[in-house]
Amino acid sequence: MEWIRQKLDKISEPFGKGKKYEKYAPAVNAIDTFLFTPNHTTKKGAHIRDAVDLKRVMITVVIALIPALLFGMWNAGYQYYSQLGEAFTFWDALGHGALKIVPMIVVSYAVGLGIEFAFAIFRGHDVNEGYLVTGLLIPMIMPIDLPLWMLALSVVFAVLIGKEAFGGTGMNILNPALTARAFAFFAYPTYMSGNKVWVSEASNVEAVSGETILGSLAAGDDVSHSMWDMFYGVIPGSVAETSTLFILAGALLLILTKVGNWRIILSGFIGAAVMALIFNALPSLGVAGNELTNFYWVNHLLIGGLAFGIVFMATDPVSAAQTLKGMWIYGFLIGFFSIMIRVFNPAYPEGVMLAILLMNVFAPTIDHYVIQANIKRRRKRIKTATGQVKTAV
Amino acid sequence: MSKDIRIKKGLSLRLEGEAEKELVKAPRSKTYAVKPPDFHTVVPKMVVKEGAKLLAGDELFYSKYTDEVRFTSPVSGMLKEIKRGDKRRIMEIIIEADPEDAYKEFGKMDASSADAEAVKTRILESGCGAFINQRPYDIIADPKDSPKAIFISAVSTAPLAPDWGFILKDKQAEFQEGINALQKLTSGKVHLSLDDSSAASLKGIKGAELHNVSGPHPAGNVGVQIHKIDPINQGERVWTLNPEDVAIIGKLFLTGRYEANRTIAVTGSEAKDRKYYSAKIGANVSEFIGEVSDDIRVISGNVLTGTKVSNNQYIGFLDNELTLIPEGNQYRAFGWLPFTYNNIHSNSRTSLSWLFPNRKFKPTTNLNGEERALVVTGEMEEVLPMDIFPMQLIKACMAGDIEKMENLGIYEVAPEDFALVEYVNTSKIEIQDVIRLGLDLMITEVG
Repeated sequence: MEWIRQKLDKISEPFGKGKKYEKYAPAVNAIDTFLFTPNHTTKKGAHIRDAVDLKRVMITVVIALIPALLFGMWNAGYQYYSQLGEAFTFWDALGHGALKIVPMIVVSYAVGLGIEFAFAIFRGHDVNEGYLVTGLLIPMIMPIDLPLWMLALSVVFAVLIGKEAFGGTGMNILNPALTARAFAFFAYPTYMSGNKVWVSEASNVEAVSGETILGSLAAGDDVSHSMWDMFYGVIPGSVAETSTLFILAGALLLILTKVGNWRIILSGFIGAAVMALIFNALPSLGVAGNELTNFYWVNHLLIGGLAFGIVFMATDPVSAAQTLKGMWIYGFLIGFFSIMIRVFNPAYPEGVMLAILLMNVFAPTIDHYVIQANIKRRRKRIKTATGQVKTAV
Repeated sequence: MSKDIRIKKGLSLRLEGEAEKELVKAPRSKTYAVKPPDFHTVVPKMVVKEGAKLLAGDELFYSKYTDEVRFTSPVSGMLKEIKRGDKRRIMEIIIEADPEDAYKEFGKMDASSADAEAVKTRILESGCGAFINQRPYDIIADPKDSPKAIFISAVSTAPLAPDWGFILKDKQAEFQEGINALQKLTSGKVHLSLDDSSAASLKGIKGAELHNVSGPHPAGNVGVQIHKIDPINQGERVWTLNPEDVAIIGKLFLTGRYEANRTIAVTGSEAKDRKYYSAKIGANVSEFIGEVSDDIRVISGNVLTGTKVSNNQYIGFLDNELTLIPEGNQYRAFGWLPFTYNNIHSNSRTSLSWLFPNRKFKPTTNLNGEERALVVTGEMEEVLPMDIFPMQLIKACMAGDIEKMENLGIYEVAPEDFALVEYVNTSKIEIQDVIRLGLDLMITEVG
């Protein structure tokens, strides 16, 4: 390690303050601080600091995503081979998925980090770590056969319009990964919805159907998958959102490390359950309902991108509500609206993307009312206090 | 009458290098200094020149904008040097000390029977006004104000903080007289907060409302206690003092002398003789603990709120503690990997340090990361036991939005209340500085 350190010091020399390539220092620093936590010390105030930094937080989220990602790779191959009726091994399935998904990840990181580095150099600040998570999330929520250039374009849109236009990491209103998906969804709808995109090669091979469960339900068809299939995630869907089991494993890591806020996750599932239960209760109220409203409420929680969205997207601290009370409201409404959009709008069989984006927009409003309550308390206190002074005089 | 305050939120850092409970006499420094920068917003006006002979208690300078507040010499001797910094700002007033102190005689006075105005004048002319701080804004109190209450916190919760109970053990009489004097300064109450140790030392103190405070740091911060006992509203003033300074004021009334006795706890993993030392205010650091190498950070005060002092500089006016910790100017390979480097404490769970609640940590001054935009939410609220939204207040301070700052409770906070928030902050922002600048803005805009 000492040897690498010395090499790095040598390489970064011409990028130092007042040197020839000072402008490009953020790019070199980003690589340097990736290898070594820098030797910066405190100047004043708190002389000692917590071990946590933004890199650690972001890497923790990346680690939490890995189980779902690996399962997604395997599931891509599993769906393809099992629908074809071919014999296959575990490694065949994983390999099939990896060949499609790894290029997506590479494109996402290359394009996104390229823009981040360019902006860091242009604006003269350090490269923020936010994109480490965003860059992995984007391929995970796309259909597997999405052309790579569309993916690249979505990334450009998300980073430029979704994030940098607002001032960079920490300032964005919308979750950048979902901004990318929403862009692709509305720009290239044929590649992002329908019954031909959710299984690998479904649009090329006749024997493969690419229908999701929500798609079949919306079409009024019966579902052939069991509840446990849905829980394990051996169902068609976006790259890595199908397995509730592996998503919950990630959620467990996020909650244990306190990186993901448990309030949002819990209230998100509660909100979704409440909405689904209301729909399930419709027949007893004399309303007939349809396939989607009568779909068992537990299954509603298991299918689609709901779990993935609530665990990994809704908990993005920048675009979520920032007050503790606000988080409860924010999470609940995301779950609630997800199921509502899912059921009422057959054009968008999965509602979680739109529900989260909608609540991203309303999160500052929720916070505003929570904070306003605090301000009112303070004002009220002044009134009673001045009242006391008056009686004392 | 006593009321209990139990604080739940917060974080008590357990660090290596607590001071042994043994009081020894510190070697007398050759030079002592009063540092005007210790008194935020005070613009010093010198009344003596270099070379002047001084008694302990002789005036050195006064505050330009509140000229009743006088600052006096803690020891007798000769004014050796007035050290200036940028723009000729006075940084240190260095006094070459006599081997034995000779005191200016102010005359004895019975604080409880004396006239309130006489008590105030005595406190101010002796230089004891410098011990009295004002909230809001955390600056020296303006004697023209009449505070709604006076708060004294004898609760030590800060990491490696000196134990007030031990410091005040043999100072009950002075402390009582100090309380008697302070009572004359306010129409409201004098509040005294105690922990188990100080409650034992200050048994039977009269004239103050007692509060038993328990819980993790920052329970000992006077700001947190004010917030729980009688929060500050817009336009109100409260005064705060450190407990040992109450004893100094008491002694002034009992003996007629300004005896600037300061008990200093030497703490921290790098300190050699970790004990309590009885010294005088403004002692020279190097004559106290010897010269130290560049690998050690010497902090006047505690690790969360203190100021860095170099060799041959002087201990801060209000500080009861010297902390020595290792400098952290080393690189760490892949320091961002979660669950590695578990010897560094973290309030987050990305380090496994939380599995060892009884372990004592040996922190360095490494920032453990780089400054970033504020991203992570919820971490600040965990260590701020006040009904205040920390992140929103910090952002309002950064933006200089006065109305918002006022609404979010800027009057109730001091930089030290945000020390733990700064410690746990993932984005490594100097939050105490942000709050200080916010308060300064309020002083100029609202006053």
